[in-house]
Amino acid sequence: MIPEAGHFALILALCVSVLLSLVPLAGTYLKVPLWQQSARPLAVVNGALLLLSFAALTHAFLTDDFSVVYAASHSNSLMPWYFKFSAVWGGHEGSLLLWVLILSFWTAAVALLSRQLPLELKARVLSVLGMINVGFLLFILLTSNPFERYLPNSPTDGADLNPLLQDFGLIVHPPLLYMGYVGFSVAFAFAIAALLGGRLDATWARWSRPWTTVAWAFLTLGIALGSWWAYYELGWGGWWFWDPVENASFMPWLAGTALMHSLAATEKRGVFKSWTVLLAIFTFSLCLLGTFLVRSGILTSVHAFANDPERGRFVLMMLGVVIGGSLLLYALRAPVIKSRVHFTETSRESFLLANNIILFVASLTVLGGTLFPLAAEFYDYEVSVGAPYFNLMFAFLTPLLAIALGFGARSRWKTTSSARLLDKTVIHAAISFVAAVIIPWLYGEFFFLAMVGVFIAAWVSCATVSDIREKTRNKGLWRGWQQTSRSYKGMIFGHIGLAVMIMGAAIVSHYTVERNVRLAPGEAAVFGDFLVTFDRMEKVRGPNYIGDAATFDVFPAPGETAALAGLSPAALKMKYVGEGAEPLFELKPEKRRYVVSSSLMTEAGINPGLFRDIYISLGEPLGSGEKEQAWAVRLQYKPLVRWLWLGAIFMALGGGLAVSDRRYRLKIRQRIDRSPGEPAITPSSDVDASVLKPIAPRSGA
Amino acid sequence: MNPKRKQRLMAVGLIVFGVSSAIGLAAYALRSNIDLFFNPSQIATGEAPLAKRIRIGGMVVEDSVRRDPESLQVQFALTDYKNTVTVSYTGILPDLFKEGQGIVTSGELNGAGVFEATEVLAKHDENYMPPNVQRALDKAHESGAPTEDGSL
Amino acid sequence: MRKRILLFIPLLVFIILVVLFNAQMDTDPTQLDMARAGQPVPDFSLEALDEPTRTLNNADLPDQPYLINVWATWCPACRVEHPYLVDLKEKGINIVGLDYKDERDKAVAWLTDLGDPYSLVLFDKDGRLGLDLGVYGAPETYVVDSEGLLRYRHIGIVNEKVWQDILRPQLIEAGWKP
Repeated sequence: MIPEAGHFALILALCVSVLLSLVPLAGTYLKVPLWQQSARPLAVVNGALLLLSFAALTHAFLTDDFSVVYAASHSNSLMPWYFKFSAVWGGHEGSLLLWVLILSFWTAAVALLSRQLPLELKARVLSVLGMINVGFLLFILLTSNPFERYLPNSPTDGADLNPLLQDFGLIVHPPLLYMGYVGFSVAFAFAIAALLGGRLDATWARWSRPWTTVAWAFLTLGIALGSWWAYYELGWGGWWFWDPVENASFMPWLAGTALMHSLAATEKRGVFKSWTVLLAIFTFSLCLLGTFLVRSGILTSVHAFANDPERGRFVLMMLGVVIGGSLLLYALRAPVIKSRVHFTETSRESFLLANNIILFVASLTVLGGTLFPLAAEFYDYEVSVGAPYFNLMFAFLTPLLAIALGFGARSRWKTTSSARLLDKTVIHAAISFVAAVIIPWLYGEFFFLAMVGVFIAAWVSCATVSDIREKTRNKGLWRGWQQTSRSYKGMIFGHIGLAVMIMGAAIVSHYTVERNVRLAPGEAAVFGDFLVTFDRMEKVRGPNYIGDAATFDVFPAPGETAALAGLSPAALKMKYVGEGAEPLFELKPEKRRYVVSSSLMTEAGINPGLFRDIYISLGEPLGSGEKEQAWAVRLQYKPLVRWLWLGAIFMALGGGLAVSDRRYRLKIRQRIDRSPGEPAITPSSDVDASVLKPIAPRSGA
Repeated sequence: MNPKRKQRLMAVGLIVFGVSSAIGLAAYALRSNIDLFFNPSQIATGEAPLAKRIRIGGMVVEDSVRRDPESLQVQFALTDYKNTVTVSYTGILPDLFKEGQGIVTSGELNGAGVFEATEVLAKHDENYMPPNVQRALDKAHESGAPTEDGSL
Repeated sequence: MRKRILLFIPLLVFIILVVLFNAQMDTDPTQLDMARAGQPVPDFSLEALDEPTRTLNNADLPDQPYLINVWATWCPACRVEHPYLVDLKEKGINIVGLDYKDERDKAVAWLTDLGDPYSLVLFDKDGRLGLDLGVYGAPETYVVDSEGLLRYRHIGIVNEKVWQDILRPQLIEAGWKP
């Protein structure tokens, strides 16, 4: 009965969403305040219904109700409860339900947290969100119902979840990612509402800024978590593969980063208004496109959501309606009046513009590389675009972005004297150059791209630190820092995060030491500055798998690599263990066979560290030897790999800080005190008042 | 020049420069980094270039996997049910690599007709047939390429 | 007005993309026809699953329209579709099983545990018949008419929806009377 209730709740939610997408919007045109006010309760009820529905599906998984087709194909009674829970979103239907749940959550959040929003604007925003809800609810109900049942005969047990997904990473990765993906729908809804209302001014930017930042922070975390998961779970130590599905989440991130920055310029200075609206549409379009690419199966990807042309067609249709519609609306109503706000080449506006162009081009680059195989297929060529393409493009774009960032961070609105900008540039460039020489030297080898990477990481850090010092020069560093606003701190965290991430990427890409060797228990191998001995092999048994667990001891062998290279494995081991050397640590990689699906899984053994990871994973057993079996073993030394995710955490933290800025909360209260009906924005003195005038629709000239 | 014009000119110049250099670079990067995809029949008929990085897809033939006992070298046959090609690879195969499984591999074809793979890709889900492998198989069928023994 | 036209560029680009995608969807692999439609079931000589000594060949196949279901114990999706096949058997559908690249003991145990929906199970240990049929993977289900000609191939699991929308109409077309 409970699955049926869940299904019913889903249908009810669709009805409520239809009302939400029509009634408040109609109210704004017919000027019926009551209809407009209905948006809030409708949004909340919609969220509650989806929560019920999701709870029903979760119940089916936790109680092993395999009469539900979706549960039977993605769960198994042997799995521990937390994996049963995360298996709810382990397949297409459930993850789509999670998607809709999060969408309804964002919708309800906008309804509840935006009391101070002008009623009309709020009604429009919520109606637009309602429409997106309708689209996805239709999608789920028509093509991907997770509550379908086997009747009357149901399987006695489920088919098990893909073992790759039986992991902590999967419990958290999709929800975070979807929080980000779906969160951009709010910025999109604000943009569309502004276009519909013909009122495209700085208010719009101010309202959608915090929402965009939160969504961006979630997306950052989600992507980083996915990268981390791939790193330890796929067993080959890669952290980014330029797989179409990864690209699908990376494109909105790039566009969202651009949006976040251009919103700042629009809010503060009233510039780039049309562009910002387009960017909001573009970002959300990329989110939808990502969904389409992942779920239609038209692209070859390692992320398997089985192909279903019916589903693909539906998402494509939705994509057409949502994006096509909003771009048409944009073409018809976006302001073409030139804003009469001046800024010079060396102003912050200019650098933000550069930031936007670079990020936009970067997202187009990824889009192009992802879609190129599709276009080629059109001409009957079967091609794939490999990582080298993306790597080359980003090796070119990232330095540009970082250099613009360095100048932008130290520039001021309107204009900055070039003398002031250039003043420290030489020093920063010199410091960065020294870093770019010393750090690769420490690693023992010079690579051009590694040097560039270190240079720009240092450059961004220098500019950021220099800006902090500038800001706090009158109060002392610590006191001054404490007195800066949270949104400023957020920006600093974000930029430092980027520097940390670039540093990690540059170093780990060039100085990873990898060796694939054949080892039997009792043998040893050398890689980098380490000696690894294969101690023993044991059988292990988990709740739903059996496996082989190896034990490796890792010893330090600094600088002796060359001398040891000629020795036999046994001699190597004798040399170290025989002399009573203590191992640095022990690693236990595993090879698991999941019983129900009989699929193999590699569980890597990782010794993590701030400056390096040692990563050992088992390949396959190599023939059955006389005494003990040899295995293919992958040994890796990965310097600074953690910095990638550390950088992402910094960035997300920065996003969180920026949103919690008092500015947002304070202004909100002031506005309530004033007049709730009017978008009472006070033009800051340096903004041309014309910016704030409502733009009449169709003002062509 | 008045500042407004100058500013606009600067913006347009920046955009044009940024976008065109990116397109140029992208075109260059694409040209040297695309891997064309072939099926075993196309390799048998000599359609695939030698000593150029390409991808092939097909099914791993049952009982064809041969391992060198002393190293990580492994050899297997890849088929589209019309023709097979021998693939040689040194390294660790992915977990989902299995005989009778559809895989995609990239590398170069050498003069002896052996495909020297640098990368072997199997998919996350074993019930999932990579679309390009599927198409490779279907194309081999449609094209009516002769099988090894000459029959159709 | 000239500027207004520029604003239509994004829309235009997007429309081109949609057209491209749409064209792509038509060539979706799961929609492709099976290679051997209209051809007879390939000649085979295989052991029966339950009796290793009994050799089956084309003469043992039913002479009325039936389904061939390709399955194996290593195939999780087969476990999912299995109960529905048992349902179909109860409805009087004749299903011939093709146990594909499997181990005999496991397969026999599977049928004992989960029920046996098949009128006949061919044990295709080496995947020979599977290769001749052009099987891509398990599960797959073929529709065969009374002449012994292959009419249709379905890739993926069989459930109520697949049965009602695809297999049942195909079977009727092949001459089966409900």
